Amino acid sequence: MTESHIIAALKEIVGADKVSTEQADRICYSYDATQQKFLPDVVVHPTTTEQISRIMRLANAEKTPVFPRGAGSGFSGGSLPTKGGIVLTTEQMDQILEIDEENLVAVVQPGVVTEQFQQAVEKVGLFYPPDPASLKFSTLGGNVAECAGGPRCVKYGVTKDYILGLEVVTPTGDVITTGGPTMKGVVGYDLTKLMCGSEGTLGIMTKIVIKLLPLPEGKKTMLVLFDSIDGAAQAVSAIVRNKIIPTTLEFMDGRTLDCVRQATSLQVPEAARAVLIIEVDGDLEFLDKQARKIAEIIQPLGVVETRIAETHEESEEIWQIRRSVSASLRKVNPDKFNEDICVPRSKVPEMIRKIDVIAETYSIPIVNFGHAGDGNIHVNIMIDKQVPGELEKAEKAIEEVFKGALSLGGTMSGEHGVGIAKAAYIPLEITPETALYMKTIKKALDPNNILNPGKIFLD
Amino acid sequence: MPRPGDSWVALTVVDRIMTKLKQLEDYREEIEQCVKCGACRAHCPVFGAEKHEGRVARGKVALAGAVLDGEIGFEAKVLEDLSQCLLCGSCCAQCPNKVPTEEIVAAARRRIAQQRGLSSFGKGLAAVLGRPKLMNVLAKTGGALSSLLFKKVPENSGLRLRFPAPYIDADRTLPPIAAKPFRERVPERIPGTEGAPTVAFFTGCGINYMYPAVGEAFLKILKFLGVTVIIPKDQACCGLPAVSAGAGGTVEALAAQNLAALNRTPVDYVVTACASCNAGIGKIYADLGGDYQTLAAKTMDIFVFLAQHGLPEKLAALPKAAQRTKVTYHDPCHLRTRGITKEPRLILKALPQIEFVEMAAAGTCCGLGGTYSVYHYETSKKIGAKKAANIGASGAELVATDCPGCIMQLQDSVNHAGLPQQVVHLLELVVDALPAVE
Ligand SMILES: Cc1cc2nc3c(=O)[nH]c(=O)nc-3n(C[C@H](O)[C@H](O)[C@H](O)COP(=O)(O)OP(=O)(O)OC[C@H]3O[C@@H](n4cnc5c(N)ncnc54)[C@H](O)[C@@H]3O)c2cc1C
Ligand code: SF4
Ligand code: SF4
Repeated sequence: MTESHIIAALKEIVGADKVSTEQADRICYSYDATQQKFLPDVVVHPTTTEQISRIMRLANAEKTPVFPRGAGSGFSGGSLPTKGGIVLTTEQMDQILEIDEENLVAVVQPGVVTEQFQQAVEKVGLFYPPDPASLKFSTLGGNVAECAGGPRCVKYGVTKDYILGLEVVTPTGDVITTGGPTMKGVVGYDLTKLMCGSEGTLGIMTKIVIKLLPLPEGKKTMLVLFDSIDGAAQAVSAIVRNKIIPTTLEFMDGRTLDCVRQATSLQVPEAARAVLIIEVDGDLEFLDKQARKIAEIIQPLGVVETRIAETHEESEEIWQIRRSVSASLRKVNPDKFNEDICVPRSKVPEMIRKIDVIAETYSIPIVNFGHAGDGNIHVNIMIDKQVPGELEKAEKAIEEVFKGALSLGGTMSGEHGVGIAKAAYIPLEITPETALYMKTIKKALDPNNILNPGKIFLD
Repeated sequence: MPRPGDSWVALTVVDRIMTKLKQLEDYREEIEQCVKCGACRAHCPVFGAEKHEGRVARGKVALAGAVLDGEIGFEAKVLEDLSQCLLCGSCCAQCPNKVPTEEIVAAARRRIAQQRGLSSFGKGLAAVLGRPKLMNVLAKTGGALSSLLFKKVPENSGLRLRFPAPYIDADRTLPPIAAKPFRERVPERIPGTEGAPTVAFFTGCGINYMYPAVGEAFLKILKFLGVTVIIPKDQACCGLPAVSAGAGGTVEALAAQNLAALNRTPVDYVVTACASCNAGIGKIYADLGGDYQTLAAKTMDIFVFLAQHGLPEKLAALPKAAQRTKVTYHDPCHLRTRGITKEPRLILKALPQIEFVEMAAAGTCCGLGGTYSVYHYETSKKIGAKKAANIGASGAELVATDCPGCIMQLQDSVNHAGLPQQVVHLLELVVDALPAVE
């Protein structure tokens, strides 16, 4: 329990109306998209860097843990207050501070919602590419902390590729700045990159300096149905080999298609066992040419049907299929473990075959879809927790999926982070020496282990 | 603060009776369907204005679940969060698992009313609302609200729930109360031509007491199409504001009265020109089963009716005006969430004197939300301000919509923003376009 004098001090820092110990608020800030639940003792809504700095000093003096939180849409439990203490949410720090059209740079507060930022820069003809599927509600602070990715990352890279600098409150309450608004900068260590993907364990980001691109003139979306997942995977390699990097290269396997068939009115021939959604962007005059070229390249690889969207509505229809996937999986089984392994692009077919074997061994349905273009596969292990033994089977299957990805030179998580969900599996991927290096950094910066303790590395 | 003797408090007797409406327990499965993804944060207007998890569907659903699990009771903070809901259904429309938050919140409000009486819900609201500004208004009993309202509007009308006199802010724009309510001005039956359908006109309180001109436009248009119209005098409020207030017993009493009134004469359809009434009868009554369900199935929005009965073609045949007025359209939540968005636009686009322009976020709630805006006027104004900005940016001179509640709230928002637009019912534009009929 966080003691009353700490609550009083918090109220003094941020104002009484921004501090709550009400049971209702503790419940409302106890969960994220992992659906796990840990009640914090107190919820704080700071609005300035200075307030956050003072909160961290107080927390250090009192040895009270602090859990940073954006929108709570994380898939690995990064924001969960696993040890009670303080939930510090940045959701009310939601201002876009600057959009510099001359230098193609923007400065934002961490609570700005990803899509709202994208819309704001697109209004002036600029472009912020990272597009996690949660972009309508996730915060940019959460995106940086998890180094979020999305379909467009094949061509444009992930969140960290757009972060030029940060203002950070350190675990002990100092305010530092890393990087800056210039495209180049080599003075000192690259702390900006260190913060990207640090999952709220090394500091709280209070300002984010973002690199922008000119907005492409247009885009073209196509849906290609294949008779096998191998054909789809070969198509991905063939496109890249021909020196075309599409904006997105999304795939869905046969089981995913079965779910989507049931969930939407989509007409998909039975012969189709895999799908690629391919999008290209750029100058209007090149789009048609590129789409046709792609269609030609992949035609011999077992294509059942190719649909090229002619209008915005048709393109939206194609994307709607992709977006309906996640929810439609419930039809297979009520509970899902959503892993997001990443393997080298060329190893996708091999990985899928490995997963098929695992699914058979444990006789549990595994549904795969994701970002074929960058080898990032969303592996959905579908079980019913109520059935005795299923949970144990799923856990074994997950471990084998991770081992399989690692054996192909891949990683356990491409986007969602470690948090608490994958903390136990860290030794599979990271050697003791590397882990020690990381923990040494954490220990030096956060001697009292009060900022998001127990995340990434188990205590 | 409601005082003893207030109509609001008097309602509690009926509302403590167990109702046929679904109970909070009946929603356990739906509550468990929430996967905590957070997608509703992008769509909930209240969350957009308040940026607090207690205000968003995910938070409210979590609290409702915690109440069912006995983890928390109906304490002040829970009442406040549950009161912070427009019941607009925007969350459910975009939720991957279609969690019906608006129904869950309404069921929770009924539970609160059953356990503690409506007045205690009111008191809870008042306690948490104890902001100085509102307290001042409370002191100035009456305020801007026409005192006529309470002489002319019956005790069980939703308008009373929407605007309990002491809660009305002085700076709210309200339409005047009609000197003579609409249903008292017109006969109960207006015959049409042989072979054309017969419909009952469910007027709702807004048209009856505040916007009788809309009712008159309705009749002229249906006369133009030769439709026979029945306007039962003894129809009552649809009950939707009572749903919003958690007054389950009142909802059922009103439903019974309307069933009797609307079933007296056989009709092909029951037609509404108010989105809330359409949802009240078309959706809430369906939950009551039996004859209510039959009534619900017969209920149709006026623009769906007009689109199905040849009006767009007739309008399109009229010569286009040289000088056309730019008009934009606001989707009332109670139509949008029921899938009715095309028909009003079809008719607007066919109007010869109109140039239709789409505004950004036309489907976002206006912020009225049944009883919501009375108790949370400040948040409601913030939601309205976003709407007003979009209206301003659209370049339209007029805003058309299909719900008296939205008209009132949108006009208030536009006025607060200092913008010149007028908000009208789409029927008023349709009637302007028709050749004069006698
Ligand atoms: C339906 C759905 C689809 C998704 N799709 C994708 C996808 O395509 N790609 C992808 O990468 N992810 C995806 N995610 C996961 C999630 O949305 C991302 O990880 C997102 O970046 C989290 O942002 P958030 O604001 O919700 O952060 P939270 O979940 O609140 O927090 C995430 C982590 O960031 C830390 N944090 C938050 N703000 C700060 C700050 N200011 N300073 C320091 N640390 C901070 C927290 O402590 C926590 O460790 C999806 C999630 C859902 C529910
Ligand atoms: S969108 Fe639906 S499932 Fe997701 S958090 Fe909101 S209510 Fe729950
Ligand atoms: S019904 Fe409307 S106000 Fe209520 S939670 Fe859903 S979106 Fe928010």
